[in-house]
Amino acid sequence: MTRKLVVIGAGMASGQMLESLTGIAPDAYDITLFGAEPRGNYNRIMLSPVLAGEKSYDEIVTHDAAWYRDQGITCRFGEPVVKIDRSQKHIVSAAGVTPYDKLVIATGSASFIIPVSGNDLPGVIGFRDMDDVEQMLAAARKPGGKAVIIGGGLLGLEAAAALNGQGMEVTVLHLMGNLMERQLDPAAGYLLQKELESRGITVICKAFTKAILGKEHVDAVLLEDGTILGADLVVMAAGIRPETRVATDAGLHVERGIVVDDAMQTSDPDILAVGECVEHNETVYGLVAPLFDMAKVLAQSLIDEPAAFVAPAVSTKLKVTGVDLFSVGDFAEGEGREDIVFRDPARGIYKRIILRDDKIIGVVMYGDTSDSSWFFAKLKAGEDIGDIRDTLIFGPAFQGGAQADPLAAVAALPLDAEICGCNGVCKGSIVTAISDGATDLAAIKAVTKASASCGNCSGLVEQVLASTLGDGFVVPAESPMCGCTTLTHEDVRRIIKSQALKTMPAVMQECGWSSLCGCASCRPALNFYLIAEWPLDYADDAQSRFVNERNHANIQKDGTFSVLPRMWGGMTTPDELRAIADAADKYNVPAVKVTGGQRIDLLGVKKEDLPDIWADLNEAGMVSGHAYSKGLRTVKTCVGTDFCRFGTQDSTGLGVKLEKILWGSWTPHKVKLGVSGCPRNCAEATCKDIGIICVDSGFEVSVAGAAGMELKQTEALAKVATEQEAIDVTVAFVQLYRENARYLHRAYKWVAKVGLDWVKARVVDDPEQRAALCARFELSQSVYRQDPWAAESTPEFKEKKWAPLTDLTLEAAE
Amino acid sequence: MNAWIDIAALNDIPRQGARVVKTRLGCVAIFRTGEDQVFALDDSCPHKNGALSEGIVHGASVTCPLHSWVISLETGLALGADEGQVATHQVRVEQGRILLDATRLAAKAVA
Ligand code: SRM
Ligand SMILES: Cc1cc2nc3c(=O)[nH]c(=O)nc-3n(C[C@H](O)[C@H](O)[C@H](O)COP(=O)(O)OP(=O)(O)OC[C@H]3O[C@@H](n4cnc5c(N)ncnc54)[C@H](O)[C@@H]3O)c2cc1C
Ligand code: SF4
Ligand code: FES
Repeated sequence: MTRKLVVIGAGMASGQMLESLTGIAPDAYDITLFGAEPRGNYNRIMLSPVLAGEKSYDEIVTHDAAWYRDQGITCRFGEPVVKIDRSQKHIVSAAGVTPYDKLVIATGSASFIIPVSGNDLPGVIGFRDMDDVEQMLAAARKPGGKAVIIGGGLLGLEAAAALNGQGMEVTVLHLMGNLMERQLDPAAGYLLQKELESRGITVICKAFTKAILGKEHVDAVLLEDGTILGADLVVMAAGIRPETRVATDAGLHVERGIVVDDAMQTSDPDILAVGECVEHNETVYGLVAPLFDMAKVLAQSLIDEPAAFVAPAVSTKLKVTGVDLFSVGDFAEGEGREDIVFRDPARGIYKRIILRDDKIIGVVMYGDTSDSSWFFAKLKAGEDIGDIRDTLIFGPAFQGGAQADPLAAVAALPLDAEICGCNGVCKGSIVTAISDGATDLAAIKAVTKASASCGNCSGLVEQVLASTLGDGFVVPAESPMCGCTTLTHEDVRRIIKSQALKTMPAVMQECGWSSLCGCASCRPALNFYLIAEWPLDYADDAQSRFVNERNHANIQKDGTFSVLPRMWGGMTTPDELRAIADAADKYNVPAVKVTGGQRIDLLGVKKEDLPDIWADLNEAGMVSGHAYSKGLRTVKTCVGTDFCRFGTQDSTGLGVKLEKILWGSWTPHKVKLGVSGCPRNCAEATCKDIGIICVDSGFEVSVAGAAGMELKQTEALAKVATEQEAIDVTVAFVQLYRENARYLHRAYKWVAKVGLDWVKARVVDDPEQRAALCARFELSQSVYRQDPWAAESTPEFKEKKWAPLTDLTLEAAE
Repeated sequence: MNAWIDIAALNDIPRQGARVVKTRLGCVAIFRTGEDQVFALDDSCPHKNGALSEGIVHGASVTCPLHSWVISLETGLALGADEGQVATHQVRVEQGRILLDATRLAAKAVA
């Protein structure tokens, strides 16, 4: 008598398994196939194209009624199995019991529904089967409908692109910092986000869903930060959970999935399992390639042929028309890796290969995936690529003798190849300009306009120069920002502005960074440039700051810190002095010193004590003196008219006012001011970044002094009559410096570069520009005029940032 | 033999950052890279004992906060022209938890 095989689940894995089984042993079993869905097996992967309207359901059916009939399979579709009775060896469904000799569980996964209130409202659905697709299409038919997709992974983005194509207004909410973070790194995630946004899809990263709102039907989604997004449809695409309920109820070994051995057998020898519902070697799978391998193994096991499942490398592509993206391998873990990165900002291309011991272990590609299979083959074969390492990233076309030199590639470009996208300048025009005598970038820019707008192509223009002029080309004196790029600080700043780049991955991609995530020299600079350009949009990155700025205190040679509170304009009170003395006692501060900046330094504080000492000083009304920052340091003042018999104006008052306006702002390098009450200049104003000397008729504002590694007297910027004008000129000067100077250039270096006249024209001569500069400074200060000490002395920060992770000193003693 | 100790959750350390574990033999810096690789090194620069945990993490390296030596997180070796090496410890991540191998710490304590 033929043995009875019962299969639970008519999905992709069981479909493949049945095909293999009926192929190798057509008569081995009498097969009954149960499926919860009211239809047979179809290509679930293609649900996205069906949703997008690019395919019909009929086109994605893999096994039709005729196929099941020909194989003699009894189909029980629309009839979920509710119970497995292992002692009786039968399963239970609505129609009653069905006995088995062998049972295969292939129940797949279910969409993970995030646990927030309102998640059961009509209109909230997963993206898993044809019914879901039909519901989404019905919602999309309503004109002006809004969809919110929760989850920016593979599924969520395919749903988003499809619904957007169907005319819905789509927002994607993603918990992590970049889309598809499991498959993509930040650079590729950035390019993908840019593409989706260009189609009109709104993407919100780091979005925490708090609740789904609505009475009879979903109306809106509420985020933790209070944002409310209108929604007629909410698609849960935040992950999948293996569908293991029948197995768990039957007492099989289930962890995250139903645990199987290499032969796909569960803890019960007569029950096997396959597909997304299983866990093999502590791994659960969510892509079909490994599931199909499992299915073939399972078919062998059913006819008692030995077979073992070996996990293959799996690659990912996103099925969104017009988006070329490929990812394979594990680039999140593993030691001893090296990265090769290639970026072509103009064409939106990003390629990254991850190597270990000269073997490819991962690949991420965006924009041009034509070589993906070549890389994937090398990865799977574990091929040693040591010999072709230098040219590997250029793909197969570059191997076998072709030149790896980028100059050769530029030399080979036809004359009508476009070099400057902004101004539509082709290679021919540049070559003509060169033969007419333009021999450097500036000249080419002046003659042809190439690289005159966003500056992205300046590297390319230089390569055209080099390949045309040969040895006659002198590499420009202006050196690049760091080893990660060929662009100068100025180029990078211009590109950040012209292309509205608001994140670090965006800058690195659009400027063609050759490293993966920058280095210790460019990251602090980029962080400043982004803050200065987009104070409201850019989120400061603490990890890209030097230790002193990250910890809001100066590190000492022994690893302790110095703590230096502000004394506005050098003024203090007995209460403040008492608080400083008390803090020094309480925290065993080894040294207390009056600084050269008219305030008191507490030296040698332990890192763990920082939040507490700050809290105590805050309590007494003091805030951080930013003694660590590339920002406003001190405003030194003299006693002025209040006490001094020579004083002409209230220099102390003006100094305090200026310090209160300027504190907290980030600047290219530190900024120090001095305000003296008369030309005797007791506040040493004339060697500061900005110095103000009060005179009978008003205020003399001078700038660009230095008294550190260089010594330089300030230069006169303006003479003004009122205190308010003195303040405005000062603020406008600081803002102009913030917007234009290169990171780590003190004001005197920057002024020497641009010329004092250039500064005067903007800050002094043109009241409108001055006002605009002041307004931009104030806008930035609306975010940054805040005390980092107060912000980070909370209990939460104490735990998360200032305390050690663990203290093993006790354990080691045992 | 390894002696794995569960020290913290991966998310307790910011990406491209570090935090320390206090031991009787001084602090061990636990680094988390931008791509969630985790490394453990003695928190003491081979140059002048700078706290590496306070440096800027880039790729699989850290730049010392005191005089900017660049140290490989994988090997503990100073990169570039500088010479020196800091001791590393085995560390791994399992289900979002960081496990530190305390064998070397224990061995040093005995020695
Ligand atoms: C505390 C103080 C010395 C003192 O005890 O008086 C000091 C201490 C440091 N100075 Fe200074 N400077 C101090 C006033 C000055 C002054 C005088 C002034 O501000 O009137 C100058 C010359 C004026 C100037 O800035 O041009 C000065 C010019 C420098 C320089 C050279 C800057 C330059 O552009 O040439 C550096 C190095 C740098 O910033 O790159 C520096 C760097 C440093 C650092 C931060 C070195 C470091 O990176 O660790 C020192 C921190 C010591 C510590 O352990 O906390 N310090 N430093 C003074 C703090 C003033 C304050 O209240 O904030
Ligand atoms: C929109 C979408 C796009 C995708 N794109 C890709 C892609 O590009 N590449 C890729 O590799 N993978 C992709 N996948 C994943 C792929 O479809 C799954 O990995 C694959 O379908 C899993 O196969 P399975 O047989 O384990 O589960 P399924 O195909 O889900 O089949 C399980 C079946 O069992 C049924 N069932 C569950 N419980 C019971 C029960 N108690 N009784 C009876 N029947 C039951 C379910 O209704 C379902 O029909 C995509 C998935 C979706 C939803
Ligand atoms: S002068 Fe030199 S040694 Fe003295 S505090 Fe300034 S930086 Fe340090
Ligand atoms: S102590 Fe690390 S570089 Fe000097």
